[in-house]
Amino acid sequence: MTVMDAPPTSAPDVRDLVVGRRRRRRHRLVVTIVLAAAVVAVFAGTLMVGESFYGPVDVIKVIFGQTVPGASFTVGDLRLPRASLGLLAGFAFGIAGVTFQTMLRNPLASPDVIGISSGASAAAVFGIVVLSLDGPAVSLLALVGALVTAMAIYLLSDRGGFAGTRLILIGIGVAAMLESVVSYVLSKAASWDLQTAMRWLTGSLNGADWASVVPVAIACAVLVPVLLAQQRGLGAMRLGDDLATGLGVRVPRTRVLSLLAAVALLAIATAGAGPIAFVAFMSGPIAVRLVGPGASPLLPAGLVGSLLVMLSDLVGQFALDGRYPVGVITGVLGAPYLIFLLTRMNRSGGSL
Amino acid sequence: MTESHTLAAQSLTLAYGERIIVDGLDLVVPPGRITAIIGANGCGKSTLLRALARILVPRSGQVVLDGKALHARPAKEIARTLGLLPQSPTAPEGIVVADLVGRGRHPHQKLLSRWSERDYEKVAEALAATGITDLADRSVDELSGGQRQRVWIAMALAQETDVLLLDEPTTFLDVAHQIEVLDLLADLNRDRGTTIVMVLHDMNLAARYADHMFALRDGHLIAGGRPSEVVTDELIRTVFRLESTVIADPVSGAPLVLPRGRHHSPEPEHERGSGPDSMHQLEHRVEQVAELELSYSGGRDEH
Repeated sequence: MTVMDAPPTSAPDVRDLVVGRRRRRRHRLVVTIVLAAAVVAVFAGTLMVGESFYGPVDVIKVIFGQTVPGASFTVGDLRLPRASLGLLAGFAFGIAGVTFQTMLRNPLASPDVIGISSGASAAAVFGIVVLSLDGPAVSLLALVGALVTAMAIYLLSDRGGFAGTRLILIGIGVAAMLESVVSYVLSKAASWDLQTAMRWLTGSLNGADWASVVPVAIACAVLVPVLLAQQRGLGAMRLGDDLATGLGVRVPRTRVLSLLAAVALLAIATAGAGPIAFVAFMSGPIAVRLVGPGASPLLPAGLVGSLLVMLSDLVGQFALDGRYPVGVITGVLGAPYLIFLLTRMNRSGGSL
Repeated sequence: MTESHTLAAQSLTLAYGERIIVDGLDLVVPPGRITAIIGANGCGKSTLLRALARILVPRSGQVVLDGKALHARPAKEIARTLGLLPQSPTAPEGIVVADLVGRGRHPHQKLLSRWSERDYEKVAEALAATGITDLADRSVDELSGGQRQRVWIAMALAQETDVLLLDEPTTFLDVAHQIEVLDLLADLNRDRGTTIVMVLHDMNLAARYADHMFALRDGHLIAGGRPSEVVTDELIRTVFRLESTVIADPVSGAPLVLPRGRHHSPEPEHERGSGPDSMHQLEHRVEQVAELELSYSGGRDEH
């Protein structure tokens, strides 16, 4: 039998398919690489630019532990933890947000819109102000707060199924409630300054230190691979749970693993940087628009999240007169998009 | 030719919460045949199909594929034998046809693995078999209802399963597209020996295309067998609580159900007449037809 025996009718079809698929793959790959390069570039820029400028050589020396007069403190103790927290928290928000949006098949169902970030935030601020906790204990409490909130929203919207408009509306209500808890706790603590308050209300990278970076770094190292391992299953679940089951996806297992990993990432990042407004909400849709609809948006959404946080922080620090926490800038970007989606939901009944 | 698989339900009881939908049902799906499940709304036919496809976990009893209970086998392994097209799957916004059909290859792929030669071949084959090769690079959003249904069937074909379960594959399609979809399934059965089990609303199409029929009422199996054995006016009365006349379909020879309803019965006054009366009857008929259409479209919206 020779190659010529292949059925002549199907051969060109296969070649067309290969061409089309390769083109889409290459597009995704290029977009992902460009995003990753942009993240690295902005990270490096954040380390160099500020009140005083330090060249790449000084920055690299500091990173490798050498002492450079001036730069060691400014870059090593101020800028490096701040940039790292922005990068990691942004990535965590982005990937956790798109996991929710994918699984619930609705861009409005992101954890910062439906109150899960607020749950983490309220628990964290309660732990710090009322219980005088710090470090890992705060992360843990934020995680518990986020999980309890997620469970509460799930139970409250159970009758309408886990997806759907009902869950989103209940989530928005829960978010409002928990944000008032944050405000109440902050108003009770007279000794707390405006900066801390802003951190828990909108999210901020001010005062970032290694103690707040380490838990987020560990969470990313452990949980991002867990999420990436679920991405094929999540991709199939975009076709509906029934069809995904038919394709051999263990839907309940995929759902529980992804939800837990996403909630944990989000909670720990929130404990570190506060609920940076709308990053989880915006990253996914931006990533999907960039890589195209057939691909898994998880990794690109994480990269977009990092970029959003780091760029917004730069804008908040240097581009305007006066300094603003990063959450104010992302909030300004995210709110119009939320309104756009809400008006669209009204018209189309809430489907994607 | 494909090997034949046996799919069977053994004293299957299915329930949503407290409500028991199917109660102690036994059936064996004839391998290599087209089987239609019929019954009135809410009789449990879709629920039964969902259980056969392991989406619904039985309250008691089990579904057995090739002698082994479904829940005791790895999910992906089952998905290489048993395919499912649910009633209303959702397409991710903007996805192109080839990528969506390619999702059917999921049970044949490992984590992170690229598409193999065979993946491409099977997707191309599925596109060709459903006549949508030209649409491969189009976005699913742009397609008509009929084209979209063909895309979903192509996806099920790409899954390369010997058993295919379909939940009302013809809903929301006009009559030409309904026939097209059913012809496609008949081809699949004839050419590859695929066992097909489908829930169908339209009894006459079911009788025409199926080799075997199961009739359900209130979660119980009322009848099972060849369409000529199952579709009788007595069974229609039992299953649908509807008076009807069953004749032989002049096109296919399969049984054809003619429902009677309150306004129509084969009595002499409706026979063709002549003179002034017939004009009057004609007007009367036109009114009745208009009424029927109204009630038909009303029923459809409700569905």
